Amino acid sequence: MQHIWIIPLLPGIGAAINGLLGIRYFSRKTAGVIACTMMAAALGVSVMAFWQMLGLPADARSVDVVVAQWIPSIPLATHTGVVGMFQVPWGFRLDPLSGMMILVVTGIGTLIHVYSTAYMHDEPRGGVARFFCYLNLFCFFMLMLVLGNNFLVMFVGWEGVGLCSYLLIGYWYEKKSASDAGKKAFITNRIGDWGFVLGVFLIYSTFGTLDFRAVQNAAATLPVETMHFGVLSFICLFLFVGATGKSAQIPLYVWLPDAMEGPTPVSALIHAATMVTAGVYMVGRNAVLFSHAPQVMTIIAIVGVLTALMAASIGLVQYDIKRVLAYSTVSQLGYMFTAMGVGAFSAGAFHLMTHAFFKALLFLGSGSVIHAMGGEQDMRKMGGLKKYLPVTFATMMIGTLAIAGIVPFSGFFSKDEILFRAFVANKAIWVVAVITALMTAFYMFRLMSMTFFGGYRGPAWEAAAGHGAAAGHGHGHDAGHHPGSADAHAAHDDHGGGHGHGPWHGPHESPTPMTFPLMALAVGAIVAGFVGIPAAIGGGNAIEKFLEPSFTASAVQLKLDATEPNGSVRLQPDESAAAEHEESHVSANVERGLMAFSLLVAIAGILLARKFYVTSPEISDRLAGQWAGPHRVLSNKYYVDEIYDATVISGTFGAGRGLWAVDRNVVDGVVNGSGWFTMISAWFSGLTDRTVVDGIVNLVGRICEEGSFWFRKLQTGLVQNYALLMLFGVFAFVSIYLFMR
Amino acid sequence: MPITPTHYMLLSAALFIIGVIGVMVRRNIIIIFMSIELILNAVNINLVAFSSQQHNVIGQVFAVFVIAVAAAEAAVGLGIILAFYRNKESVNIDEMNLMRW
Repeated sequence: MQHIWIIPLLPGIGAAINGLLGIRYFSRKTAGVIACTMMAAALGVSVMAFWQMLGLPADARSVDVVVAQWIPSIPLATHTGVVGMFQVPWGFRLDPLSGMMILVVTGIGTLIHVYSTAYMHDEPRGGVARFFCYLNLFCFFMLMLVLGNNFLVMFVGWEGVGLCSYLLIGYWYEKKSASDAGKKAFITNRIGDWGFVLGVFLIYSTFGTLDFRAVQNAAATLPVETMHFGVLSFICLFLFVGATGKSAQIPLYVWLPDAMEGPTPVSALIHAATMVTAGVYMVGRNAVLFSHAPQVMTIIAIVGVLTALMAASIGLVQYDIKRVLAYSTVSQLGYMFTAMGVGAFSAGAFHLMTHAFFKALLFLGSGSVIHAMGGEQDMRKMGGLKKYLPVTFATMMIGTLAIAGIVPFSGFFSKDEILFRAFVANKAIWVVAVITALMTAFYMFRLMSMTFFGGYRGPAWEAAAGHGAAAGHGHGHDAGHHPGSADAHAAHDDHGGGHGHGPWHGPHESPTPMTFPLMALAVGAIVAGFVGIPAAIGGGNAIEKFLEPSFTASAVQLKLDATEPNGSVRLQPDESAAAEHEESHVSANVERGLMAFSLLVAIAGILLARKFYVTSPEISDRLAGQWAGPHRVLSNKYYVDEIYDATVISGTFGAGRGLWAVDRNVVDGVVNGSGWFTMISAWFSGLTDRTVVDGIVNLVGRICEEGSFWFRKLQTGLVQNYALLMLFGVFAFVSIYLFMR
Repeated sequence: MPITPTHYMLLSAALFIIGVIGVMVRRNIIIIFMSIELILNAVNINLVAFSSQQHNVIGQVFAVFVIAVAAAEAAVGLGIILAFYRNKESVNIDEMNLMRW
């Protein structure tokens, strides 16, 4: 357990090997094997570390490993004077929350790596190595994010996963929409990161440390900011801004649906299971901080539940299979934030874990479907795939039941925990969340119905029956023909290599490396919920007890921080949590009732979807016709992209142009003016030089020249003249001598 | 009539003036050169005359030195004249104006 720093290092090594050597030298297989091996090794180390941690007593499950000093000790002064030494180590911490996260990241990451070896098989050789390099690099940063024991190490991972997200969304960088989506994701994330950085700065100046535990313990001693919006509230608000960017919440969720331009395993790993949950993880990591800022918690809950509702409603009418899942992810992330917002940190983290399983499963399943359809993503061109893709169908059905919240699949337990806690905290939030649950069940079964049930609506293929003529033609055409589907072109690129050349032989089940992760994740989607069976129906809710130490300013670390006045920390348990705990005992019956209700809601959604899309498909068209206006708004995603375009983006452009005009006119004017002024003054200076200075010099010269004109005549050069003059001189001097004597 | 120093001095003065006039008025550089020799010999006569009168041999020694210097001077001077003649095909002193501005 002292070697947890190896866990992020392993995929980092894999990324380095594949990145430095693989792109040039490795075959597809070698690159895949190296990446998978590194991930599997990381998984092994994680499992070992986690197992050892489970062996510790519940209140001692926190292990710090400092690998090296990053920023050496420097005295830190705030407005109250020097408050201590500031230093940042490359420190990693394994505690229940990060332990759960590393298992999720390495476990699902390994499965997705295996899946990718088959999914990316038709890519060019160097491209596969590049893909695995990015994927491993992502896992490296993600593990660093979850294992870091201070904000700065977390920030390294935070930025690193953003970078890898950008690289992987833009993996098919020749495609304009993909590179645009990558940029959009990156820039949107930057806006969030701005908030995160501000939050970290504020923490730094408030607490004088960036260590999570020290910050939590210090925050626990401060009063809860119920009435006023103090420094803790601002810290939490800024951190939450960062979380909205990374975890795709209103108003920064717009990048996630576009991120579906990336390869499907990327969508599964980064944009469903791991990276997008980083915001949730971060809020959970700072649970004490957030629970001291109840107003921000309310904001988080409202934003979360609104995001859940909005994204779910958009998901109702999308036709692109991956986009439905993308909006579903946004919606589920909204659930997690709702949980965080109502103080149910364990419930949120629990849902994070179960969601990682079933959403990765659904994405990989959709990747399998896309693979089977030769790159087709439009659900209107699918249908009836059940008999062609039995494994994919079965596993996706498990995932769908899980996300819809059907007993006993994992989503049921985690979602109901959230719904119950929302009900306790605020009835309005609960109502919205239940509506969202209805929508979730509906759009997921709409997806399943359109994809797997009913009649086949896709293009014909070259089969023995003799559809030969239509086959290649039909397939080639689909690419350009999707009305309203932004990633129509994905049809080619998702699968460019293999099926693009030869004739497409119709929908077919995916190879084992793709179906195996599906089955493994399906198992996960079933059993992951069992760790959190609530007490109300006879479970132990083990996950909540397990995670609880991570969410409180625990006194576990007393022995480490003996100098800090932490004694009082323990004496101040989280009152709200305690109160809710109390309440949960009281209302076991209510909880059971709510469960039954949400189960009914989910079943209602499923039946509705079945009626609309399987038994009588004409109803959905008729409804779309009747409610043309709302339908159009939903199809256009509430025009949010357009609104952003019209306000923020064009505002930015306008400001840029304005600044450019200022630059061109004022700044350039000043520069040019000074240049012009210099030129003029130089001209005058030159004039003075030419006339006055040169004049004086020339005058002297002229005087000498003119003056010497007469003297010069003496120099005849005739020796005799000189001799004569000398003679005269001698005579003169002698005469003077003689006469004057 | 005994020959007195006065006679020597008159002879010397005459030679000297002849030499000076020769230097002043002649254009041929060789003549000028010869005139200079006259001037030097006028000096020599003076030196020897006074030496003999005063019974002091130093004056004669000086005369010998002057002759030696005159010989050296003649050698150098004739060398210059020869070089000049080769350049200008002339020994006219009016044409020796190279040092003029």
